[in-house]
Parts: sequence; structure tokens; C-alpha cells
Amino acid sequence: MTRFRLEQRVEPSTAGRYAGYAVAVGLAGCMGGIVFLLVGANPLTAYTVMARGAFGSLHDLSEIVVKAIPLMLCGLAVGVAAKIQVWNVGGEGQLVLGGIGAAGVALFLAPRVPPSLVLPLVVAAGFLAGALWAFLAGILRTTLGVNEILTTLMLNYVAIYWVEHLYFGPWRDPMGMGFPGTAILPEVAWLPRLPGTRIHLGLALALLAAVLLQAVLSRTRWGYEMRVIGENEQAARYAGMPIQRTILWVMCLSGGLAGLAGMTEVSGIHYRLQQGLAVGYGYTGIIVAWLARLHPGGIVLAALFLASLLVGGDQLQAVMHLPSAVGLVLEGALLFCVLGSDLFSRYRLRWWTSRA
Amino acid sequence: MNLHTLTFVLSITLQSSMAVLFATIGEVFTERSGVLNLGVEGVMLMGALSGFATAYGTQSLALGMVAAMLVGGGLSLVHALFTITVRANQVVCGLALTAVGMGLSSFLGRPLIGRVGARFSAWPIPLLSDVPVLGSALFNQATPVYLAYALVPAVWFFLFHTRAGLNLRSVGENPAAADSAGIPVLATRYVWTAFGGMMAGLGGAYLSLAYTPGWKENMTSGQGWIAIAMVIFGLWNPWRAALGAFLFGGVNAVQFTLEANQITLVPSYILRMLPYLFTIAILVLITRSKAIRARVSAPAGLGVPFEREE
Repeated sequence: MTRFRLEQRVEPSTAGRYAGYAVAVGLAGCMGGIVFLLVGANPLTAYTVMARGAFGSLHDLSEIVVKAIPLMLCGLAVGVAAKIQVWNVGGEGQLVLGGIGAAGVALFLAPRVPPSLVLPLVVAAGFLAGALWAFLAGILRTTLGVNEILTTLMLNYVAIYWVEHLYFGPWRDPMGMGFPGTAILPEVAWLPRLPGTRIHLGLALALLAAVLLQAVLSRTRWGYEMRVIGENEQAARYAGMPIQRTILWVMCLSGGLAGLAGMTEVSGIHYRLQQGLAVGYGYTGIIVAWLARLHPGGIVLAALFLASLLVGGDQLQAVMHLPSAVGLVLEGALLFCVLGSDLFSRYRLRWWTSRA
Repeated sequence: MNLHTLTFVLSITLQSSMAVLFATIGEVFTERSGVLNLGVEGVMLMGALSGFATAYGTQSLALGMVAAMLVGGGLSLVHALFTITVRANQVVCGLALTAVGMGLSSFLGRPLIGRVGARFSAWPIPLLSDVPVLGSALFNQATPVYLAYALVPAVWFFLFHTRAGLNLRSVGENPAAADSAGIPVLATRYVWTAFGGMMAGLGGAYLSLAYTPGWKENMTSGQGWIAIAMVIFGLWNPWRAALGAFLFGGVNAVQFTLEANQITLVPSYILRMLPYLFTIAILVLITRSKAIRARVSAPAGLGVPFEREE
């Protein structure tokens, strides 16, 4: 009888990989279509609305970039940690902390320092606050061996309750007529915008982070160590590489990148700390990173792609009154499909006949 | 603290530990078979939604529970397919499952928000529920709570005292040896991954049908993740995992009691952080106690796809 089995390829096939992406997008689209049918919506209409919402005008395109900025930073955050087999799923909490750090500096320190120093301090505070939040989980992992997936995730909830407490309580704008949010940040703490759009300097920051990360990973001793630790921890140990220290540093870097995402949201978009900071960019960052197979350049592209899903999903809500949560379903389905398509770049299908 | 308060706290403790308890028992079995399913949060949410929707539509609580288990099991089979057969990374698959479950439940559940449907009410057991404090806390509960009383010893007995339980553990510890002994490794993993999902679905349905009846987006608020933490705390043993769930319920009960009595000893935002901080704390405690770690650790085959060497 004829059967098939999977044989591992020696080298993952590049053609298979790109074909896999195409098939994955198609499959995820079909799954999304089924979900639309479940709520009685015409999938074709829904996808048309999404596409028009995301790519219909120059303004829509600029909004894709706006949403891609935090996604790039959160994706890089997940990606750099995953390179050494560390699972930072706390991007959401680190993003929130970055927002708190940025807003705190802008609100309370800005009046006391020269105006030209404010923005650099805001950026630094966002990075450091996020790094600190990830450091908590990192130090527990490196000294005690506590599972970082769970600690980073638990810290997300803690961070969200904390920021709510701040803008509902002690940091609430006294002139805000009870509006839950801080006062507007001083203008010197705003990230400059591209005229006519909401695209802000955070874009340059995110792209720079991607380039730097790629350079560090491929051209420095530090990056080399990271690759060895990620691919073969035992070999790294025999080579005397400082594994625990590297994990801790990478965790801080990872948290810092997610913190930058929170900073760009606060001082590039909202100009204050308010509801709508923790909208899931930290979680979507995980999907961004894995769609791109942790490659920094790919993360930039994947962030743009997922941002277009988010912008399209918002339109779905506005036009067809369908919950924008369909974006999350599509993201998850896409990740599954890409993982599945990996099978065909890593393995080849062999048909064989056995004499039964 | 008077006896009445004590009964109240104990009763709330039980009730708020149930969802985590069901999910953690399920995940103990999934992980014992060698599969790490991080999608529990998403599966619980889908269980909560499908349980509520079914009970809302049919007026039958039993059907609601069954539907939640079927949906939970079905979703976990997706995880099983990708991790066991496709051999994809188990952590990433679990996260993808969480995303799908969260997204799908908020998307499909929108029309049900705010609806009032069938719900479990307390069903006091005659005589037993008259015993002061313990009796009136333990035996004046909704039916799923009694189900849990029976479930924990039953699954413990199954896991450690039956042939099937031994097979399941061997598949998680040493799949190659289990394979040589003729145990179907992949099928075993499929079965227990599905079982884990059914239990997580049940936990979700407990939330939407008994604990906080009704459907709310993201109503599990991290309990799926806490259930995974309790598996580690429980060192992959149903009794200890149940104890972890019970402790989690205790933290919730303290929070609830303080808020209900308007005791402002601790600011409310700190109170709301408590379950999560508590989970981190007990993870630290369990990993610190080297004595325990030396004796028991994660199943050796956990997270590693099985591929027969030929």
C-alpha cells in the first residue's frame, strides 16, 4: 500500500518557506471567512471593508504605520529574548511601564530641566522603566530558575492595575473635570510628527532599533554568544559563556524595547497617560516576532502587515458593526498556519510503497 | 472574626478556586503526557462562552457544561495537531491558541453580553450542610463544586494507581521507552491534550454559569495562566495542584471580603494585584525549595515532540 512519511531536510528550503507564507495567509483568510460566516456576515464584503479601511487612502496608510510602530518595538522585544530561548510574554506590562516612566518624567521632571533635555530623558525613562519590569522576571529566572513565561505574564496584570490606579488616582489631572487621565504632557515632551499625519519620531526609533539589533546579532561577539546560547546551551556552557548574565541583559533589553513602545504611545500619540495604553500591542508583538521567525528585518514587515489587519479591523467595527476582535482571530490563525507551513520547509513529503 | 465570617470566607474560597482547579487538573494531565499547552486561557474563554451560550439557548445547564467541554477539547486538538503531528514549537502554538480563543470569544460573544441565562444555584446537601462552619461552607455549593470533590481523588487514583495512568506518565517521561513497550505515544498525547482542554472548558463554564453568571469579554482575567502556574506549584500532582487552586481562591476570598466590608486597610488597586503577585510568590517558593525540586521535576519529555528513530 502507498503511504507517505516526512523526511527532514538538511537545509530548510527557502522556496518552501515563501510558498508556505503564501499558503498560510490564504488558509488564515479562509478560517477568518468561516468566522465571518458564523456571525452571518458575508466574508467577501468583510474583507473588502477591511482592505478599503486599511489601504483606501493615504491617511489609512499612515495609520498603518502609526500602529506598526509599537508593534515593531514589541516584536523586537519578543524576538531578541526568543533568540536565546527566553520567553518574554510580558511585553504588554513592560509597554505600560514605559508609558508610566515617560509620563512621569514629562509631568514631574520636565519643568526642572532645560527643554532640550526633556525628550531624551522621556525616551530614556520609557526604556529604563520597561527594562526594570522585565528585570524583575529576569532576575527570578537567572537566580532561582522561576519560569519567566508565567512571571512576565503575571506582571502584565500588575502593571495594568498600577497604571489605572495612577491615572484614576494620584496622577489624575486636577483640572480634568473627573476625566480619568493625567494632565496633557508639556509640548517639549512630545515626539515630533510628520506633518498631516500621526506618524511620529518613534518610527525612526523602531527602525533604528531593528537595524542595531540585526548588527549586534550578526556582527558582534555579544550577538555570537547569544546565537550559541540560543541554539545549543550546552555548547555555550562548555565554551564558558556567561549564560545567566546574558539572559539577564537580554531580558532588560527586551523589556526596554517594549518600554519604548509604551513611551512612543504616550508621547507620540496620546500626550497623556489614559485608558487605551494597554490595547494588546505587547501580545501582538509575540505574533509579529514569530511570523518573522525572529528576524529583525522581518519583524518590521510583519508589524506593518499586522498593523494593516488592526486598521482594517477597526473599519469592520465602524462600518459593519462587527467586533474588531476578529483581528486577533486572524493573527492567531495566521500564526498557526505559518507554524504549520514550517513543516514543508523543514520536511519533505515522501511517498513510498510497502509490500504489506 | 466570627463563625459566620469564617464560613463566608471559606465558601468564597472554594467558589473562586473552582475554575482554576478544573483547568489545572486538566493541564496536569496534558503536561504529564509531555505536551505543554499554554493556550489554557483562550480555551477557558471559549468554554465560558460556549457553556453560557448553550445554557442560554437550551435552558439546560448540563448541556452547557457538555458543550464547554466539547469546545475546549476540540480547540486543544488543534494544539495537539500542531505540536504532536506537525511538531511545531509548543510555546508558540500555545500562545497562538490563546490569541485565537481570546479573539474568537470576544468576536462571537458580543451579542450575549449582558444577557441573563440559566445559572447554577447552591444545592445544599441535607444534614452535611447543617454542620457549622465546615459543613455549611463545603456542602452548600453549586453542583460543579461537588463534581470537583469527586474529580480530584479520582484523577489522582487514575494517574498513580492504574495501568493507563502509568502509560500516560511514561509517555511524558520517556517517550522512546514507552514506544518500545508498545504504548502508542502520539495517540496518548492526543487524548490527554484533549482531556486538558475539556477540563479548561469546564473551568470556563463554571465561571459563566456559576461563579459570575453571564458572558463578559476576557472574563477569565488570567485564570488560565494561573492554572498553568498551579501545575508547577503542584509539581504535576493533582492533589497539590488542587491545593494551589484553593490557595488562589483564598487570596480572592480575602480580597472579596475586604472589599465587601469596605475595609480600606489595603488600597483596592493593590488588592486587585494580589492574585497575580501571589502567583509569582508561590512560583518563587516552589522553585526555591531545592528539597522538593530534587524529588520531583517536570516530566522529562515535556515540550519535546516525539519522533521515532528509525
